[in-house]
Amino acid sequence: MPGPLDYTIWLICTLLEGAVVVCALKTHSFRRYFFLNMYMGSSVLATIGRFQVLHRWGLSSPEYAYYYFYSDALLTIGLYFALLNLYSLVFDEMKVERYLRLGAVVLLGGTAWFSYAVISQSSHRILSHFAFELQQNLFFVGLVLTYLLWGAILKLRETRTRLIQLVLSLGVYFSAIAADYALRNLSPNLQTVWQYTMPLLACLLPAAWTYSLLRVSEEARLAPSRLAAVPR
Amino acid sequence: MMAAFIFVVSVVIFLQFFVFYCRSLIAVSSKQALSPEVQEVTGIQKAASGEDFNRVMQLLHLCPERPEDRKGIQAIGAYFRLLSFVGSTVARLIPSMKSWTELERGNCTYFAAIALERRISFSRDMLAQQIDA
Repeated sequence: MPGPLDYTIWLICTLLEGAVVVCALKTHSFRRYFFLNMYMGSSVLATIGRFQVLHRWGLSSPEYAYYYFYSDALLTIGLYFALLNLYSLVFDEMKVERYLRLGAVVLLGGTAWFSYAVISQSSHRILSHFAFELQQNLFFVGLVLTYLLWGAILKLRETRTRLIQLVLSLGVYFSAIAADYALRNLSPNLQTVWQYTMPLLACLLPAAWTYSLLRVSEEARLAPSRLAAVPR
Repeated sequence: MMAAFIFVVSVVIFLQFFVFYCRSLIAVSSKQALSPEVQEVTGIQKAASGEDFNRVMQLLHLCPERPEDRKGIQAIGAYFRLLSFVGSTVARLIPSMKSWTELERGNCTYFAAIALERRISFSRDMLAQQIDA
């Protein structure tokens, strides 16, 4: 069973996720960042469900393992849609929403197909491994898409501070998770360390989004070229 | 081999996003002016210096904490340490980098001073509410 530290991190993360939705409602930004809020709300519900499954079936039960991997994979898909929400806000004036949606579905389908192709050749436990593989690949796709979105923000000279902060914090989160996955593969023996890194990293995104929604007004403006300026 | 490659790429991208994110936090606070009172307490008159960061942080920790500020302050604290590390290693070889890290460290101090200003006004509000009650 998880220890007090695990439960504390878990609780902090869930409270922060709930705080994102509350702050969005408080600042009248719920509809504007609908998929971001949906993701955070779903994450809170999934955590409550996970807690119940854990207490009913135990940590080492197959029920918990299936619930854990499948809810996580579904949440990653939710985060993917949150990223698309940010894309549609950045490309708001270009009226390319239809193409974005089409591209997103094709990319999601392609990632799912690729994950299945990898798993079907190397594993007999297709169902649980598929969820894990899909999640891992979606994080990498998410990282690349966030990087492209940041490039678009710089190119289009997007000035909305809150939007810029939401995208940058998503980039920090995706890259930290991708680095964590890679490190796990490099050193699988450090299980005692890895059991804390992912829950701690999971707190980064809701904390940063809460901060942006609460502290930065929708009207605040910022020149993104200032952020990217490097010394020569 | 593949995992090592993904790790290196992820860390590079992480650092890039982290620096940009911290600079966006600083950019928001740089638009706010410091009150004469906080200027006096922190000793920041015109431009903030990186040397004052630790002192301003100590003052910040003396004030009651505001939960919504905590993560931003932690992020800027980590950014300041990263800048100090870069300043004492890579920047020794590149002079322009040295002045850039100094400027950024000063901006971190200004961010901390703005956070201090918010905490002071927050404490005052709380005190006023208690007196009213």
